[in-house]
Amino acid sequence: MKKLWKFKGGIKLPGFKKISNPSSINSIPIPNKIILPLRQHIGEPAEPIVDVGDHVYKGQPVATSKSLMSASVHASTSGVVTDIGKYTIPHQSGMSEICIVIKTDKKDQWHPNIESNLDPENLGTEELCTRIREAGIVGLGGAVFPSAVKLKATRQIDTLIINGAECEPYITCDDALMQNRADDVVQGVLLLRRLLNPAECIIAIEDNKPQAIDAMQASIKKFKEKGIGSVAAIDVIPIPTIFPTGGEKQLIKVLTGKDVPRNGLPYEVGVICLNVGTTVAIRNAIYEGIPLLSRYVTVTGMMVRQPANFEVLIGTPVQDVIKAAGGEKSDKFEIIMGGPMMGQLLPHQQTPVIKATNCILLQDIESEKEANVMPCIRCGSCASACPMNLLPQQLYWHAKEKSFQKLQHYKLSDCIECGCCSVVCPSRIPLVQYFRFAKSEQKDREFKTKLSEQSRIRAQMRDFRLERIKREQEERKARRKAERLKKNAASKKSKPLADKEISAG
Amino acid sequence: MSDNNPIVSSSSPFVQSSGSVSSVMRTVIYALLPGILLYIGLFGWSVLVNILITVVGAMFFEWLMLLLRNRPVRIYLFDGSAILTAVLLSLAIPPLAPWWLLILGIIFSIVVAKHLYGGIGYNTFNPAMAAYAVLLISFPLEMSMWSMPVDEARYLLSFTESVQYSLFQVLPQNIKFDALTSATVLDHIRTEVSSGKPLDNIGASNVFGYIAGQGFEWVNLGFLIGGLWLIYKKIISWHIPLAVLAGITASSLISYAINPSVYVSPFIHLLGGASILGAFFIATDPVTASTTPLGRIIYGLGIGFLTFAIRSWGGYPDGIAFAVLLMGMAAPLIDYYTVPKAYGERV
Repeated sequence: MKKLWKFKGGIKLPGFKKISNPSSINSIPIPNKIILPLRQHIGEPAEPIVDVGDHVYKGQPVATSKSLMSASVHASTSGVVTDIGKYTIPHQSGMSEICIVIKTDKKDQWHPNIESNLDPENLGTEELCTRIREAGIVGLGGAVFPSAVKLKATRQIDTLIINGAECEPYITCDDALMQNRADDVVQGVLLLRRLLNPAECIIAIEDNKPQAIDAMQASIKKFKEKGIGSVAAIDVIPIPTIFPTGGEKQLIKVLTGKDVPRNGLPYEVGVICLNVGTTVAIRNAIYEGIPLLSRYVTVTGMMVRQPANFEVLIGTPVQDVIKAAGGEKSDKFEIIMGGPMMGQLLPHQQTPVIKATNCILLQDIESEKEANVMPCIRCGSCASACPMNLLPQQLYWHAKEKSFQKLQHYKLSDCIECGCCSVVCPSRIPLVQYFRFAKSEQKDREFKTKLSEQSRIRAQMRDFRLERIKREQEERKARRKAERLKKNAASKKSKPLADKEISAG
Repeated sequence: MSDNNPIVSSSSPFVQSSGSVSSVMRTVIYALLPGILLYIGLFGWSVLVNILITVVGAMFFEWLMLLLRNRPVRIYLFDGSAILTAVLLSLAIPPLAPWWLLILGIIFSIVVAKHLYGGIGYNTFNPAMAAYAVLLISFPLEMSMWSMPVDEARYLLSFTESVQYSLFQVLPQNIKFDALTSATVLDHIRTEVSSGKPLDNIGASNVFGYIAGQGFEWVNLGFLIGGLWLIYKKIISWHIPLAVLAGITASSLISYAINPSVYVSPFIHLLGGASILGAFFIATDPVTASTTPLGRIIYGLGIGFLTFAIRSWGGYPDGIAFAVLLMGMAAPLIDYYTVPKAYGERV
């Protein structure tokens, strides 16, 4: 048995995982249009390389970026680009960003450059990285960190963690992936192992998913029987079901006992953590040459008729996905993209599925009882539940007061917004919601301070400039006056000498 | 920004919390039951009469204050906090106290200490303890008339007689007030010490009981059981009770070891007075206590040391109420300097 550690805090939540049966994956018809946001990842948005009216093939890159901290976007099916403009994207703020809209032709024609029969075993690590980058792969667990950046490790990696924890209630897309594509996961892990050369490879799965654990173990056994000895290095580790154990930092703590340094990245402690979905996406990119075009999405919740897991093309409007799941039971529902703990409310059904979309949750509006928010009684339940060991209660007071210095003292920026504090609060105070608000407010303030700092510097420079000009003018005036005086004085002396003096000056 | 701000409330988590303030308060009241039942059993119906008077009074003044302050009565009146305050206050007042003493205490706790400071969650001082302190200072005589445990020697007042006494201070014929009351073990120690008598033979005194104070030792065991249950139910954390008891034990043990004729054993300190009730039910009052793990330890130890100090060198036989009030004042400061290290900070 591998030794497991505990992360501080966390809460036990009802799973609701059986609703969306993870033992099979369904497909959905090609939608009429595809909406591809240019920024579906952390970092710089990609820049469009197609124009309105262009015909695109499935798998063709439609937006790329020169920046390392970015990810390309590909046409997820064939069709014609009808617009490049602002559309609502799934984001907390409900804001819109530039998207490429494709009217599909339903032919699903592949781009001729996509070749499947590559020789993955003989690709160099540099080449692997390039391909992963070109495939537009980002962390599919929800953090959407560009994978190529993560894999460009600058130090020795001891532990490679494949995250199949899936700790949010309702979501089962990773479970479905592991049950139905176990071999692909193992192939992906083997690739990553070759790339990173870690001492240990762990596939971590919460112990509420016994089928997924069995499927992964069976697959590893199969590979072993086929004579692929390197699978022996892969360990499938069941971990206790406790939210948010699937959070990168929490999972690293559970499996290695290490803390990722504050404001640091996992590789600094010799760990790299990738989601199972990301692992399969990497495998598909290398083995089949397919960029990230689709992902598994759980459609679930009390208000959807036939909850299930689907393989959905990136850019598919949420409306089409809900339709594929039999539609909604009544019109009194709200759509959450992601899980109930950390997901976001969608403003409307035209919002597209993006690389980060693991779940579409239809919740009864009435199930959210009118919250009787009571004053904080300082019971400290929030602090005991906080997996980052913060003091949500103190953060709450200062977020309310908008005292940003105090918020810094209580380490607001370390909050991972998991929502545990809000759920355990007996006074039903929307704590994490306040923190999100305070964070955006702070960002706003920083931006404004930066602007005012810039204009202050500009104004100062102008003052300097004006002063300098004035000074130079005065100096010139003084010099001329001196010259005049000298000239007058010199005119009384011999002329050649005066000439010499002037030329010397 | 109100708590129902749309920007705030339309974001995740979309999971309703199952707990509520009233369920927290209710659980604490349940946890008091073993101690209360033993208390009634050992000291008579007056204990129950006092609880009833304070609870009714607390509900009335809570309702009045909510009305005056224009707060939603339905939500706040039944949050259980006023009832809990009432029960705790009544446990701190001698069973044979007149009704007006109880009502005065309730008025001070609910009206002044709670609502004038902003109501639930905003009170600086523990309302029950603030009221207890006011009563102790204003009515030292009434506040020190503790009942004698009921046994062959002490007449048991019936429920009606208890009510009668509380309302009109009338006792049944042939029963004298003095026959019902006695000094508590801490009172006894105080008198003995101030008159210069050594305490080595405290065990022989009739207020002593088996290990600490006559009768009270059992009541305290009842509170201990309830308190441990609260920790098990995760309503309170172990930090404060353990630190309070550790503070009392450590300071009393050291002084007892040095001079047993002036100081009494830790047993008497732990079970003779209100230490157990204080450690588990009063010091843990979340609103006024420290909230960080280390802060709770410091806060609890402080209460323990201060309780011992007031009992041994102060003007009152028991000191837990004053200790809680004093450390409550220090709680915000303690919290500020004991912010725990965040994940990844120690690396």
